[in-house]
Amino acid sequence: MVWLWDNLDLVLRLTADHVRLSIIPIVVGFIVCIPFGWLANRYTVARTILLTLGGVLFSIPSLALFVTLPALLGTRILDEANVVVALCVYAIAVMVRGAADAFSSVSRDVISSSTAVGFSAVSRFWTVEFPLAGPVLLASLRVVSVSTVSLLSVGSLIGVQSLGYLFINGYQRDFPGEILIGIAFTVIVAVVFDTILVLVGRLLMPWTRATPRRRSVTSASAAVTA
Amino acid sequence: MIEFHSVTKRFPDGTLAVEDFSLVLPSRKTTVFVGSSGCGKTTLLRMINRMIDPTSGSIAIDGVDIASGSAVALRRSIGYVMQNSGLLPHRRVIDNVATVPLLKGVKKADAHAQAMELLDTVGLDRVLAYRYPSQLSGGQQQRVGVARGLAVNPNILLMDEPFGAVDPIVRDDLQQELLRLQHDLDKTVVFVTHDIDEAFLLGDQVVILEKGAQIAQVGTPKEILANPASDFVASFIGADRGKRRLAVDSSVARSGDDVVLVDGAGYVAGVIEAPGGVLPGAGAGVNTDSLARSVSNKTDQAGDA
Repeated sequence: MVWLWDNLDLVLRLTADHVRLSIIPIVVGFIVCIPFGWLANRYTVARTILLTLGGVLFSIPSLALFVTLPALLGTRILDEANVVVALCVYAIAVMVRGAADAFSSVSRDVISSSTAVGFSAVSRFWTVEFPLAGPVLLASLRVVSVSTVSLLSVGSLIGVQSLGYLFINGYQRDFPGEILIGIAFTVIVAVVFDTILVLVGRLLMPWTRATPRRRSVTSASAAVTA
Repeated sequence: MIEFHSVTKRFPDGTLAVEDFSLVLPSRKTTVFVGSSGCGKTTLLRMINRMIDPTSGSIAIDGVDIASGSAVALRRSIGYVMQNSGLLPHRRVIDNVATVPLLKGVKKADAHAQAMELLDTVGLDRVLAYRYPSQLSGGQQQRVGVARGLAVNPNILLMDEPFGAVDPIVRDDLQQELLRLQHDLDKTVVFVTHDIDEAFLLGDQVVILEKGAQIAQVGTPKEILANPASDFVASFIGADRGKRRLAVDSSVARSGDDVVLVDGAGYVAGVIEAPGGVLPGAGAGVNTDSLARSVSNKTDQAGDA
């Protein structure tokens, strides 16, 4: 604890870096997965290709990817872009499957009746399919958020500043307290991200919390007797 | 008026759903397509709003070929009600009813005001307007579906087995409501069902279909009941098993002025008023519609067979 107070500046600076660097892959993963997920849901061939590709990409060890990317992207070896790009790749790899499942979770009946009453393909996508895919999209986004926050620590091995620095430094100095602080702050960042996602989901998808009919009937009668 | 001119539909998998179908559906009348599963009745309905395009032949509404304009504009001008209501689960009832006016660019306040009136029209309490569809019963959802179908004040209302998934009592209610609405609003209704009793109850023109949407018989319910055109029709409407041929059962004690009627197989079919023991209009004057209604529960099976 004393160590934390003495080094609060460092810990907070690393936390800020950690937050900044992990937000990008989460946002990019979410945006990119939407057209890919739609394609994968629409065409069987696209589904096979995209999901296989996603699986292969996700199976590449992170450290290997971090050190290979400079050669592929022409970035410097210590550039934080390497880590961000690598994490974007993982985020997309996970999200594509989630997005494909999300779009296939939308009821065929609802889509067909939307077409029948006169939605154009574009307005149907944005006002019907996308919002109704929301709950499943959110579920995979939460997985991506947590995995990105934790994977980012590995980036410290190639010198990109994040809370992972505390693990390496603590290990090198044989000081478990610093490692524990690193773990605690990583968990805090992950939990805060997850909470924000859940709250935003509730705000944007109020229908998911609408009490189904049976319960609303009993609560109404309970209110009457009360 | 909706006209089918030698319409054929072959699906990519080779199924011939509709083969050389021609028929005129008169304006401001209810035409019911009735037949077993897979006879092509839903395909016929879905071709009217271009959810399915015919392989050959053409369909015209009031003399204009429907293929000539945009499919989206056509669909927005035709009311559509389907089984399980097809409501948007993420929109409140009022927004569901106002869906098409909002798509057409009507101001939200106006669309909502009109949607409220439509809830009255279909007999729904206005307090339900701000609920989500999942918070409504199946029957209430179907009413919302009908209100949505009426929202653009369409001349044509397409109904694809709209009451197929609700329980018999609610279905009865909804059918009566539709008869009342049709009496007030005078739409051209095209209704698809596999239930012959529903067809006889709602249809001005009933079209009995065999596989490939081949017309087995077209006519008013009375014409079809009085003169089934073929053994298929007779079997479909239940006439061959005596389900439609009712007789007074004298073995049952009469209560008041009602006498009990039994069908050809001896099952109780209903009662008929007989003041002083005399049947009204003896024979020829018996209202076949009301007889058809009174045996509805039992002939459901005839429709499925």
